[in-house]
Amino acid sequence: MPTLTLASARSPFRDEFAEELAIRPLHSGDIHASFQFRTVWGVDLLQATDPRFLRYAILPREIVCTENLTPWKKLLPCGSKAGLAVLLKSEKLFHSSYFSQAVHIRPVCQGMHCTVPSWEMRQTLNVVFDLYTSGQGKREWSMFKIKIYVDVTDSPQGELFELSPPTPLLSQAVVLGDRRTYSVYDLTDPGTFGKVRSLNLLVRWKADNGDMLRPLLHGERYVAGFGLQTGEIHTLIYNNHPYRAFPVLLLETVPWYLRLYIHTLTVTSKNRENKPSYIHYQPSKDRLRPHLLEMLVQLPPNSVTEVTVQFERALLKWTEYPPDPNHGFYVGSSVLSALVPSLVAMDTNITQEHPLFSSFFLCKEESSYFMRVYTEPLLVNLPTPDFSMPYNVICLTCTVVAVGYGSFYNLLTRTFQVEEPSQSLAKRLANVIRRWRGVPQL
Amino acid sequence: MFQDRMGLLSDPNRRRALTNLLTRLNTPICVLCYLAGVAWFMGLAFEPFTLRTYMSENAMGSTMVEERFPAGERALVTAREFGAHKRKSGAMPVDWLVKTMQSRGLEVYTQSFSRRLPFPDENKERYMVRGTNVYGILRAPRAPRTEALVLSAPCSPDNSNNQAVGLLLGLAQYFRSQIYWAKDIIFLVNEHDLIGMQAWLEAYHHTNITGMDWAPLHGRGGSIQAALSLELSSDVVTSLDLVLEGLNGQLPNLDLANLFYTFCQKQDILCTIQEKLQRSDWDSVSGYSQAVQTMALMVLKQASGRPWGDHGLFLRYHIESATIRGINSFRQYKTDTTTVGRLLEGMFRKLNNLLERLHQSYFFYLLPSLSRFVSIGYYMPAFGFLAVILLLRALDLWVQLGALPSVTEDGVGVTDQSSSPSLVSILTPVVISHLTGAALYTLPVLSQELAVQHFPVSETEAVVLTAIAIYTAGLALPHNTHRFMLAEGTEQGWRVLKLVAVLYLAVLLSCTALINFSLGFILALTLVPVAAFVTPHVPKVLSAVVMVLLAPGCTLLYCVFAFQELQEAPVSLIDGWMLFLSVISQGMLDHALYGSLVYPLLALFIYPCWLILWNILFWK
Repeated sequence: MPTLTLASARSPFRDEFAEELAIRPLHSGDIHASFQFRTVWGVDLLQATDPRFLRYAILPREIVCTENLTPWKKLLPCGSKAGLAVLLKSEKLFHSSYFSQAVHIRPVCQGMHCTVPSWEMRQTLNVVFDLYTSGQGKREWSMFKIKIYVDVTDSPQGELFELSPPTPLLSQAVVLGDRRTYSVYDLTDPGTFGKVRSLNLLVRWKADNGDMLRPLLHGERYVAGFGLQTGEIHTLIYNNHPYRAFPVLLLETVPWYLRLYIHTLTVTSKNRENKPSYIHYQPSKDRLRPHLLEMLVQLPPNSVTEVTVQFERALLKWTEYPPDPNHGFYVGSSVLSALVPSLVAMDTNITQEHPLFSSFFLCKEESSYFMRVYTEPLLVNLPTPDFSMPYNVICLTCTVVAVGYGSFYNLLTRTFQVEEPSQSLAKRLANVIRRWRGVPQL
Repeated sequence: MFQDRMGLLSDPNRRRALTNLLTRLNTPICVLCYLAGVAWFMGLAFEPFTLRTYMSENAMGSTMVEERFPAGERALVTAREFGAHKRKSGAMPVDWLVKTMQSRGLEVYTQSFSRRLPFPDENKERYMVRGTNVYGILRAPRAPRTEALVLSAPCSPDNSNNQAVGLLLGLAQYFRSQIYWAKDIIFLVNEHDLIGMQAWLEAYHHTNITGMDWAPLHGRGGSIQAALSLELSSDVVTSLDLVLEGLNGQLPNLDLANLFYTFCQKQDILCTIQEKLQRSDWDSVSGYSQAVQTMALMVLKQASGRPWGDHGLFLRYHIESATIRGINSFRQYKTDTTTVGRLLEGMFRKLNNLLERLHQSYFFYLLPSLSRFVSIGYYMPAFGFLAVILLLRALDLWVQLGALPSVTEDGVGVTDQSSSPSLVSILTPVVISHLTGAALYTLPVLSQELAVQHFPVSETEAVVLTAIAIYTAGLALPHNTHRFMLAEGTEQGWRVLKLVAVLYLAVLLSCTALINFSLGFILALTLVPVAAFVTPHVPKVLSAVVMVLLAPGCTLLYCVFAFQELQEAPVSLIDGWMLFLSVISQGMLDHALYGSLVYPLLALFIYPCWLILWNILFWK
């Protein structure tokens, strides 16, 4: 395992850095590459987490690009100067069909009795290189000079594809409850390169495109309905396990401008109502906080569970619209967290000898593993006023019509009578005097 | 002093003068307004009065795209392969399509649907419809599945439209190898044209408006921003026709038409609208008449309220969409499939650049040609002139009603016991007319089995003939209406009834014209004169003939003939009558299948309104 220990004043046991790359040829012909980096450093004091300070936030609109990659790379001890990070060239990475990068920080224990507290920072970067865009439809690929695990579980004897040059080194690990076999090319070992002092790793496919394998747990979300008044959020949760049911925790945060009708919440699996065993709902406050809906749903084996809730689209104040209101408003992805039953029994060995990615998904139980799935974000159109000229025209027309209508209404309903105004006392007196004087009256 | 400062309308003398003027000159003003309305409408097609189209959307205007689609020939090979498979299986080759789409790197799903029509559709010979839609999603790299574009090609049972499916697959293959997509692109091949499209759209939005059975979709691409439907039936085309009219007369944003026009110019493709080529000599009579014909065709199509292509159903979901139809006529100049592919590539790349939904340009417009448009502000006055006639008549009636008692005091009119007519005498004709309308709306479809049992007709004929029978039976209503009335109709009675009818018609037509200008305008053209002149005192027989000729049913008949004439496919009287019957059945089917509102509007509101006017003519 290519482990690079940092030169440090502290003990080498406490500050360490490890990195690796796992490659998995997917059935569709795409290549999945997973970069894993782990930095561990010791601290003198670890504080217990106070749940009151837990915060959850999402930014649904962000699209990852170079601007996200550069600061992420700077978190690595040597930046992008050494190690696997040299490979992370953005112009290649962003020509892929899937890209995800993550940073996890958590307290870990070193040693048997957890005597040395330390922090672990795990950086992962997953890319799926597309068969059609980056490989021009060719399924073969090769590469130079990297240290690799190649997933050969689906083809242990080379039925599906062939690796060249062959390697005697095989490693087994349990990833996401599935025992997987890896061919290991250890680049720290000069023997790997052979006599030519270079390694050209090549995958040659033998079988045709296989079926797409569906993961045990996955989710999907969409907005149903049309028009700008109401709608319905549908969340589909798939349990593809053939015989095990398991619970899943669904966390949804919906912005306040979609007013959820929580009484319309329905959970159905296999055309029958599936009552969630736990529901936590925090209603929204306009302009202050979003809806928070959390529930624990039992997923029957081999089923699709559908969670639907209706909403009404709120009218925003006109200053609250973003510059591009007709693009729609984003609703962040919902999060599915579950202990997914494992296909194999979990290895209980200490993780030291195992690849990093196997221990990354923490196991609470022997027969299951923890998994968190994010559904796609939603794009919802809200009623948007026309901010351009016609809006003003409508206002003007309405004013004109109102004035015209007012006059007509007046004409049709009111009658006027001429009334002789009664003269004031002063005027009458003046007229009496004038008559007496013989001058014309006022 | 106070009187001097009073307004024009508040001054009783001036008010009297004004009302006198309005009542005295009412008829000339109404005639003038009618002529002005028609003239204004005809003027809309005159080029100096219209505006040149321009691209309003920034995201599509300034950005440059380069079209490189190379594989037109290969698309035609695929089209032939598709045709062969279709012939072999006798229906849509679902498995072949799935495999082909998968091999082009799309995420492929199928959806099955079934629909029983309320009565058999004789034009397309279908009653129980079962089918499968196949669609493949090209996932935009690294985009979060929030937005999508749709390219669809209907798979028709006969040998047409294979080239569209071939080009769709060719484009899918080419698009798949590009990395610039920011929106998912859904390639959809729908069976049974509009029914399949309706099933797919309802399932995509998980709504059920028309009671269709469809299987839920398993793959989605977020909110659809725009859609293009492709119809190509020949290897080369001479021109491309753009179809915009959708369900209930909805139109896509004008920018979509502009986009098509821009790329036709760029690719040097002849483009038409209503299958009429634009002429440059607008100042000549023939050039003007071409523009009038194009616009009149658009008005007739829009007024029909039916979707004139597969795009028409998208509009309900606020998805801008249009159908591009390849025309192969006897012109010299031909365009090959590669160029058509490049046109679509260019359009999709520009749509892909959209940051917001298309909203900058007009949604309400008429097109006398592809490069000229008439916006709502210009065409509404034409309707306004017609609508103001109704208001003037209403005002006149109101004034007459106010003045009537004085007339009776003079002993000229008939002396009444009660000065105001009873509510019952007014309500009875209104209610009975609406009940007839409701019968016209519900009975034809409900009673088809009964009719088929007793008469030697098919279901479709039964439905149409029942509708016509009920429509005609409505003409006998005045005699029956009077039986329900206790007292004789009074002079004031018909005035109140006509006032109600005229105002009712004004509201109906105005609302219709706001949503679907063409329908409102055509109805106003025939109904407004009827509403304006009808009284119990005009010569009965002549007026009755005129009224029947200007009734909604006859308007529809004229529209059928006018449409055929404008399409340069004139029909004989018998064929025209058959066409008229099929149009009625199509209207009912459109309502049942897609939710078109023209049939219920005519049956439930316009026809009863006309019946009230008919009642006035025979007032006793």
